[in-house]
Amino acid sequence: MTFMQKLLKQAPVNVSRRGFLSGTGALVLSTTLPVRPSKAQEAEAAAGPAVPAFLEIHEDGTAKLLSPFIEGGQGIYTTFAQVVGEELDLAPENFSVEIAPAGPPYDVMGGFRITGGSMSTRTSYELMRQLGASARAMFLEAAAQDWGVDASELTTEPGMVVHEASGRRAGYGELAAVAMDLPVPAEVTLRDPSEFRWIKTPVPRLDVRDKSTGQAKYSIDVEVDGMLLAAVQHAPRLGLTPASVSNLSEIEAMRGVHSVHLLDGAVAVVAGKFWQARRAVEAAEVEWTEGEAQWPMPADFSTDVFRDTLAGKKGEIVEVEAKGDAASALESADTVIEAIYDAPFVVHGQLEPPSATARFNDDGTLEVWTSCQAPEMFQGTAAQVAGLDPSQVSIHSQMLGGFFGRHFLYATSNPFPQAIALAKAVGQPVKLIWTREEDFLRDAPRPLGLARFRGAIGPDGPTALSVEVVGEGPTGRWYDAPVGSDPSATEGISGKSYAIANSHVGQIFHPNPAVIGYWRAVGHSMHDFMYEGFLDEIAGAAGQDPFEMRRALLTDNQRLSTLLEAVGELSGGWQPGPFEAEDGSQRARGIAMASPFGSEAAAIAEVSLDGGEVAVHQVWVAIDPGQIVNPAIVEAQVQSAVALGVSQTLVEELTYEDGEPTARNFDLYPILRPDQMPEVHVRIIESGAPMGGVGEPGLPAVGPAIVNAVATLTGERIRSLPLSKHEFGGA
Amino acid sequence: MQLTINGESRDVDVDPDTPLLWVIREELGLTGTKYGCGIAQCGACTVLVDGYPTRSCQTPAESVTGAEIKTIETVEETETGRRVVEAWVANQVPQCGYCQSGQVLAATALLTETPNPTDEDIEYAMVNLCRCGTYNKIRAAVRDASEA
Repeated sequence: MTFMQKLLKQAPVNVSRRGFLSGTGALVLSTTLPVRPSKAQEAEAAAGPAVPAFLEIHEDGTAKLLSPFIEGGQGIYTTFAQVVGEELDLAPENFSVEIAPAGPPYDVMGGFRITGGSMSTRTSYELMRQLGASARAMFLEAAAQDWGVDASELTTEPGMVVHEASGRRAGYGELAAVAMDLPVPAEVTLRDPSEFRWIKTPVPRLDVRDKSTGQAKYSIDVEVDGMLLAAVQHAPRLGLTPASVSNLSEIEAMRGVHSVHLLDGAVAVVAGKFWQARRAVEAAEVEWTEGEAQWPMPADFSTDVFRDTLAGKKGEIVEVEAKGDAASALESADTVIEAIYDAPFVVHGQLEPPSATARFNDDGTLEVWTSCQAPEMFQGTAAQVAGLDPSQVSIHSQMLGGFFGRHFLYATSNPFPQAIALAKAVGQPVKLIWTREEDFLRDAPRPLGLARFRGAIGPDGPTALSVEVVGEGPTGRWYDAPVGSDPSATEGISGKSYAIANSHVGQIFHPNPAVIGYWRAVGHSMHDFMYEGFLDEIAGAAGQDPFEMRRALLTDNQRLSTLLEAVGELSGGWQPGPFEAEDGSQRARGIAMASPFGSEAAAIAEVSLDGGEVAVHQVWVAIDPGQIVNPAIVEAQVQSAVALGVSQTLVEELTYEDGEPTARNFDLYPILRPDQMPEVHVRIIESGAPMGGVGEPGLPAVGPAIVNAVATLTGERIRSLPLSKHEFGGA
Repeated sequence: MQLTINGESRDVDVDPDTPLLWVIREELGLTGTKYGCGIAQCGACTVLVDGYPTRSCQTPAESVTGAEIKTIETVEETETGRRVVEAWVANQVPQCGYCQSGQVLAATALLTETPNPTDEDIEYAMVNLCRCGTYNKIRAAVRDASEA
C-alpha cells in the first residue's frame, strides 16, 4: 500500500456520544484510526469513551478543528479552515483551530505525524475534505428527519440547511443535537473544484489580528499556577559537563534564587523570575569536565579544517542515482571542468528562543508546554526522562515563534528534558527559557555540506556530469536512512530534471561532529546552489546562455519548461546583463531552478555591488505546487522562503573554533535586515499535478540565482557561501 | 520603583538594573512584548518610551521611571496605532508573528512623528528583524497606514 493510500484509509467517524463532549449537543467527528494500531487497539478505541475529536460543530454554529499540524507562520490553521469549511459549507472565519494533542487519530501521515517537510496540506487535504463533507451530509440528514422530507430535497448555504420547497431553514448549530446521533455516511460526494468558494481564494488568515496586537501566545508566554522560572548555562563545548560551581553559595544567595542544579551538560538556576535565574546562572563559575554526551564535539573541531577534510575525503562512493555512463563519457571528453562547492553550518534563528514548561500533577501525570514539530516523539522522550509511560504525558504544543526545522526532536537541542528534570527536582512547575546565546550554543544547525563536480562539455552544453556529495544528512542521523538513500544528504544534486545523457550522483559518507538538524528546505537549501552554480559554469564553458541552455535541457519536462518561461516573462524577459539600472548601478541577473518537496520552482535574481558587497534588488519566482488552497498564503510562503534564501546566501555562516561556535547571537551571526530584502515577485502556476509542498520550495533556487547573477556581474564564480566572506571589487 | 506603563502608575519591586523587558513581562504580566535576542539587535522587545521606539531588553528599569511607557497591548488607543493595526491586518503582514508587536510599535512611532514618511524615513525607522521575511509586506503596510 502506498503512503497516500494509507492516508486515504482513514474515514470520519461520529464520536459525539463517546467523546469528552457528550451531553453538550455538539456534533463531534473523529476518524477511524490509521494503519498502525493493532486490531485490539482499534476495537478498544471504537468502543470509546475517550476518542478524541477532529471536528466539533457547536450549538452556536461555530466549529472547532483540531489540527494535526502546528501553526508557526505557514498558515496551516487557516488553510485547514478553508478546506474543511469548503466541504462543510461553513465560512472559514467561523472556525477556531487548535493543535491536536499527541497520539492517534492525529498521526495522519500513515501512523505518525510531524510538522515539516512541507507535508501538512498535501498529506491531509483529502481527509480534511472528507471530514467537512461528512459533517455536511449529517446536517442534511438531521434536517431531513426533523422536517420529514427526503435529504435529496435539501441543500446548504454557509452554516445552514435549506429546504427550498418550503422555505425552511435551520442553522448547523440547531441541528447539531440531532446530527450527533446519526451514522456517518459511508460515502460522501466531494464538491467539484469548479464550485469552490474558499479553496483557491486568498482567505484572510485567522491569526493576523492577534499577531498584530500582541495577543498571540507562544511557548515563552505560558504561565501555570505556582511555576518557577529557570535559566541554564550550557557547557561551552558539547560533551563537557559541570563538575562543580565554585561560587555556589554566592549564587544561591542571589535575589530570587530558589536552587542551583547540575544537569547533564549544563548548570541551571531556578528562581522566582526568569531575569533572576538568568542573572544568577550567568554569574556561576563552573568547572567543566568531560561528560558522556552521545555526540561530543571534538575539542579541536574547526569548520575550516572540517571543510578541507570533506574536500579531500576518499572512500566508498555510494550510488544515489545514475544515467548512461558518466565515467566513460568524462574519460573520453575533450573538455572537462571540475569544481568543489560548499555551504556552511547555519542556525535556525527563529525569533522566539526555545522554552518549555513542565508540571507534574498529583496523579503522577506530566504536562509539558513547549514549541514542538513532533508531539509523539516529544511525548516518548518526555516519558523516558520522567520515568513514566507515554500515556501519562501530555504535550501541549504552542504556537511557534518561527521554526524552520528548529523544533524537531534533536537530542541535546530541546529544552523540555531539562524543564522536566527541574520540575521533578523542585516539586513545582518550572518554565525554562533558553537565552539566545544558549540557543545558538545548542541549536542543531544545518550541516556544513560539500560536493565535488566534474562535467564534460560538448558544443551544446553538458554531455556528462558526475557529482560526489561528501558528508552526512540529518535523516541519516536521526532516522537511520542508509548512506546513498538519505535524501537530506544529496537532494538538490540528486533529483534534478535536466536531460544530461550521462550523469552520476554518489554520496561519500563522512560523519559530522555537530548535532545536525533540519533547516528550511533541508538538503535543497544548499545542494541546488551547488548544482545550479556548476550548471552555469558548464554553460560558460560551452559558450551557452544559461537560460537557453536550461531551456534545451528541459524540453522533455513540461512543468519546469513552463516555469522557466513564466519566470522569464515575470521578470520582463530574460536579460542576464550586466546592464545599467535607472539609479546608475551596474546590475546582472541569474537564473536557477529546483524540484523540492513535490513542487517545482524557478527563480531569477537581480544584483549589484554596493561598496564591495552584493545587494539583491529583485527576485522573481515562478512556482508550481501542482494544486493549491490559498494563493495569498502560498505567496507569503514564497516571500518568506526567498528572505531566508537571500539571508543564507548573503550573510549566514556558523563557524566553530576549538569545538565551540564563534557566534552566540545576532551580533556576530547576522540575519537578513529589512534594507537587504529584495522586492519579491511571485507567480503561482497550478499544473494540476499531485499537490506538492509550499513552505520550503520557494527557497532552493534563490541562492544559485543570486550567485549566478554575481558571476555575470563580476566574472567571479563563488563556490562557497556566504557571499559576505568574499571580497568583490567595485563594479 | 514606580513606572508609568500604558497610562497606569505601577509599583514594582525589582533590582534597579533589571531590563524593562522583564519588568513588563514578568512583573506586569504583559507578554505581548517579546524577548528575542537580549542585546538590542532584533527589536522584538520594542516598546514606546515617551513615544520613541525603544529596545526594552537593554533598557534598565531605573532609567525610565519618569517616562510614559507604552506596550503593544494599548497600541489601538491612539488613532495612528489603530490605523497601523488595520494596515497590518489588511496587508496580512504577520507570519509567525513573534516580531510583529515590535514592528507595529515601530511603525506607530514613525507615523506619529512623521505622518507621511518618505522611503528613506521608512528604511531608517523600520529596522527590526523578521526571520519570516515579511519585510515587503511591512513596508506596504506602513505606506498604507501613512496615506490615511
